[in-house]
Amino acid sequence: MQTLKHFINVVSSPKIMFTAIIAVFFIIFPPSEGLWKVNKWLKIDRLWTKRGGILIFSSLLIFFLFGVSDHNFQKIVGKPDNVPIVGLLFLTVFFLWFSLKQARQNDLRIAQGLKPHEADDAKEKVLVWPDLVYIEFICLIFCAALLIAWSIFLKAPIEEPANPTVSPNPSKAPWYFLGLQEMLVYFDPWIAGVLFPTVIIVGMMCIPYLDDNKNGNGYFSFYERKTAISIFLFFWLVLWVFLIVTGTFLRGPNWNFFGPFEYWDPHKLEALTNVNLSELVYMIFLKRSLPHNIFLRELWGFLSLFCYFGLLPLILAKTALKGVYQKLGNLRYSIFIILLLMSVGLPLKMFLRWTFNIKYIVAIPEFFFNI
Amino acid sequence: MADEKSKKSLKEHFQDFTESQFVKSIFRSGVPKTRRQRMMVVLNSVFLHLHPARLPKHAVKVKYTWCMGGLSFFVFLVLTVTGILLMFYYRPTVEYAYGDIIDLKEQVPLGIMREIHRWGAHLMVITVWLHMFRVFMTGSYKPPREFNWTVGVVLLVLTMLLSFTGYLLPWDQLAIWAITVGSNMAGATPFLGTNGPGAALLAIGDVNFVHSASDARFALLGGRFVGEATLLRFYVLHCIGLPFIIMIFMIVHFWRVRKDGGISGPT
Repeated sequence: MQTLKHFINVVSSPKIMFTAIIAVFFIIFPPSEGLWKVNKWLKIDRLWTKRGGILIFSSLLIFFLFGVSDHNFQKIVGKPDNVPIVGLLFLTVFFLWFSLKQARQNDLRIAQGLKPHEADDAKEKVLVWPDLVYIEFICLIFCAALLIAWSIFLKAPIEEPANPTVSPNPSKAPWYFLGLQEMLVYFDPWIAGVLFPTVIIVGMMCIPYLDDNKNGNGYFSFYERKTAISIFLFFWLVLWVFLIVTGTFLRGPNWNFFGPFEYWDPHKLEALTNVNLSELVYMIFLKRSLPHNIFLRELWGFLSLFCYFGLLPLILAKTALKGVYQKLGNLRYSIFIILLLMSVGLPLKMFLRWTFNIKYIVAIPEFFFNI
Repeated sequence: MADEKSKKSLKEHFQDFTESQFVKSIFRSGVPKTRRQRMMVVLNSVFLHLHPARLPKHAVKVKYTWCMGGLSFFVFLVLTVTGILLMFYYRPTVEYAYGDIIDLKEQVPLGIMREIHRWGAHLMVITVWLHMFRVFMTGSYKPPREFNWTVGVVLLVLTMLLSFTGYLLPWDQLAIWAITVGSNMAGATPFLGTNGPGAALLAIGDVNFVHSASDARFALLGGRFVGEATLLRFYVLHCIGLPFIIMIFMIVHFWRVRKDGGISGPT
């Protein structure tokens, strides 16, 4: 039992877990024809059936029941403000399965030349009174009952009175912002707290104007829209829900990582051996001291950023994303690729941190300009 | 004569009542029994006519809609009602705020208004997320509904801001430090925050235009740190400002659902 818990503690560290998730993610939710075939060959799409659902849910539940028997796990999951996140986790998994199950059925129907099952239903018209009103009414009653029961059994937390001189360790933002707080590990606040939220909001608003695929409007489907759905699910599940879960359950004092069965030891020490790209280039590769001129010092960082945001889109437009570029045109392609590269920048920086201990690509602390 | 009148059954009395001038003046189309009356009851009601009178069948199925949009609205209404009730007992000052919350907890037998408000707020964030997820998975943001998706994104952001501003009001350790962590980011806004890149460039000689008493964070908190002014600011935003804005966007959102051809569906 202890070995199993220890094993889970180790593999749930962002380094391992995140890498593993990224490795399998695009096979489970294939964005391209090739990966789709791999997915089919491995029979992963069977997850989106009744049996698959039972499998997913029972394993989630078993992990949970197993976890609750542990003192440390119980302490962090049972915190009143963390209960909604546990709920969110189950709801997200359920609705993910629920939507993909319908999508899979529709995909099979469309492959046979049939219309999606929503089209069969849509042939018939029903009256709002009573057919819709009573469904709404029942949903509303259920929701109200849930809220009342939740409120009776779980008291809203209230801690010590506010004291500006004593900061709790860890200080956490409200749970729905913990994805952003988790990004703070890898980026400075001006990126994680200002730039990324802006990009997320603008990026989401841009979705309908960037996705010009006419298929799959008004019914669940996957195959016809696999690229769009795969990208969206990557952001929603990995870069949002997963980071929130990590930030809530697995980040303890000093924002150190703690496994789900680990005691939150405020004295846990983690070696910080991070270096900036400039230090890596000049001091480790070239074996000389840093130049005094800021721009000369950060030249390599600026160069790599230029390659990433300047050259890479051009190269992609000519090669891998040729079709996308032709479909979207100059302006929309530029917006799409900048948004995509920025968001891919997050996992990229994570990997740079884990493999090369890179702290900043461009580090100009003189102007608070660190990337 | 009097005898005959007393023989009227209860059902008949009820029928008389429903057909009386008084009831008819309120419910114009009467008890919805016929198809026509059922359509009229939706068309005549200011609340029900959020809906069309008739819908394709897939649109009423929970497996298609998940009911999440409707539930988000419902939870918003619950939050409004419980929020108004809480406002009677809460004073947004550093002196009273915490004590008022403790009073709500300890002096009200079986009181669950604060619980419903707090858990409802969490629930609303979740239902709005799931609503967005459903809309994405059914491709409902595609033409002609592109604009309504962007309105929805604004509503999502406003929902989280409402929850964020409400987080401070209990004025306990959890509250001020969560807001401190959250609002510290504003201090790092490029050009507009003291700790943001470029802020140092906005200066003439030694005079900085952006400093800790004039930057984005100060505007958000009404001070250099989370204090009295922040509490009042967040209280007003939470109770009046943001609900006002979110209502406007909700009106547009609902209106556009109808104007863009009703709920999405296969063509």
